[in-house]
Amino acid sequence: MTAARRSGSRVARRLVDWGLPVLGLAALVALWWLATIVFSIEKFLVPAPDDVVEAFIGQAGFLMEQTWVTLLETVQGFAVAVVVGIPTAMAIASSRLLEKMIYPLLLAVNAVPKIAIAPILVVWMGFGPVPKIVMVFLLCFFPIVISTATGLKSTPAELTELVRSYDASRLQVFFKVRFPYALPQVMVGLKTAISLAVIGAVIAEFVGADAGLGFVIVQSGASADTPLAFAAMALLGVISIVLFYGLNALEKVILPWAEENR
Amino acid sequence: MIKLTHVSHVFAGRQGEVHALDDITLEVRRNELVTLVGRSGCGKSTMLRMVAGLLRPSSGTVTVAGEPVGKPRQDVSFMFQRAALLPWRTVLDNVLLPVEILRLDRAAKRRRAHELLELVGLAGFEKRLPHELSGGMQQRASLCRSLIQDPLVLLMDEPFSALDALTREELSIELQRIRMEQEMTIIFVTHSIEEAVLLADRVAVLSPRPGRLRKIVDVDIPRPRTLGRNAYADRVAEVSAELHELLMPAPIASEGAV
Ligand SMILES: Nc1ncnc2c1ncn2[C@@H]1O[C@H](COP(=O)(O)OP(=O)(O)O)[C@@H](O)[C@H]1O
Ligand SMILES: [Mg+2]
Repeated sequence: MTAARRSGSRVARRLVDWGLPVLGLAALVALWWLATIVFSIEKFLVPAPDDVVEAFIGQAGFLMEQTWVTLLETVQGFAVAVVVGIPTAMAIASSRLLEKMIYPLLLAVNAVPKIAIAPILVVWMGFGPVPKIVMVFLLCFFPIVISTATGLKSTPAELTELVRSYDASRLQVFFKVRFPYALPQVMVGLKTAISLAVIGAVIAEFVGADAGLGFVIVQSGASADTPLAFAAMALLGVISIVLFYGLNALEKVILPWAEENR
Repeated sequence: MIKLTHVSHVFAGRQGEVHALDDITLEVRRNELVTLVGRSGCGKSTMLRMVAGLLRPSSGTVTVAGEPVGKPRQDVSFMFQRAALLPWRTVLDNVLLPVEILRLDRAAKRRRAHELLELVGLAGFEKRLPHELSGGMQQRASLCRSLIQDPLVLLMDEPFSALDALTREELSIELQRIRMEQEMTIIFVTHSIEEAVLLADRVAVLSPRPGRLRKIVDVDIPRPRTLGRNAYADRVAEVSAELHELLMPAPIASEGAV
């Protein structure tokens, strides 16, 4: 009986977890639909939901291809940022000297508006995927480095003291304590970065591209095919959400202890 | 077993120097349990850290088993006020952490870890993560971890002071039991006079900063001791009163009942 009640409450919680966001989305779409009808807005200004669905179905193959292009740029740029960012953070966290050398530079680079760099990247690297990957990298790098470095520097004194009392080597201290302790903070950086990653890819595609969802939006804007632009935007939203919740799920699996500790 | 000779320590702090310890000379005999009491900030932790090899005294010498302490020794283990368990490791893996770092025999130590966990009443909790345990259970796991390397010397820095009174007493009794099973020399820092009397062969009383050795009080009460009603209640009260007077500044002691 108690077991039944418990599983019942779990089902209820699932319903709340999934049902509420879906309800919110449905309400928004309904409102949007209503607005387009009540104010009889022109399709090329704000298309109704059914126009967008129509555009989506009409060019499903094409849109999927473009989604794939953008997704690939996003993931590649993100991956490069992780591979470069984490060691950079380790360097910063392990040496005062390196920290003093790298940190101001990093802050300065981060202060440059990335949109300003986008045209230059096109000049340097052309219209292919490379400038997009670089742009994604630039946006992701900073939050990953900052979070990871913060995490690596936040090891509680008693844990450091504990392993010191075993006369542990620096490597042992790092791998047995400091790095695992930093992982939840690393995840915070990764989640911030992944949300920026999609934005980076789209910015780069706006400036100069012959493929990708950003390119689709620019093209459909030029030809006043607003429903197609909306469909592309919806797909960008989907990419963001999927990547973010993917990381979230990964965190739950590899860091089951993290939630209770932060 | 442990010998401090004219040990003084001065920290170079941000706001000038802090004179933490002044001319401490103390010998702890083999298998003896000395409790260290004194106002907070009088240098108790500093003293333990020196014996552990985590800190070098500004002057004076510290020896363990006749050898000057240079760096942390494998046969000296440290237990802190906070359990200091690694939150991603299970209880068993936390207990085995020293085994990995010190590269001890894993199979034998694994068996020993199970024994120790059983001894402190944590059998069945080996696979739990620290956050799933109560404060008392975490501190028990921490105790097992400090025993896994079979230390000759155990340094305990207010290990039970974050626990509620009943759990604290329970753990004190367990510590006495473990001492009967295994020979160890222990320095135990505490704020609690009760705890000091319950556990100690001798109590070393430090004066407020800079910490000087004020007095060493012998506690010649037969074991096992408990805090409840017992045949030695008078003797316990007497020693407690003496410690209380040593620790409390005179005006307060004359005002209230001791
Ligand atoms: N690393 C340090 N740097 C500067 N001062 C310190 C340091 N560690 C401890 N102290 C000071 O030394 C004194 C003794 O500290 P401690 O040994 O921790 O006292 P206790 O454990 O008896 O409470 C305190 O006044 C404390 O502020
Ligand atoms: Mg202390």
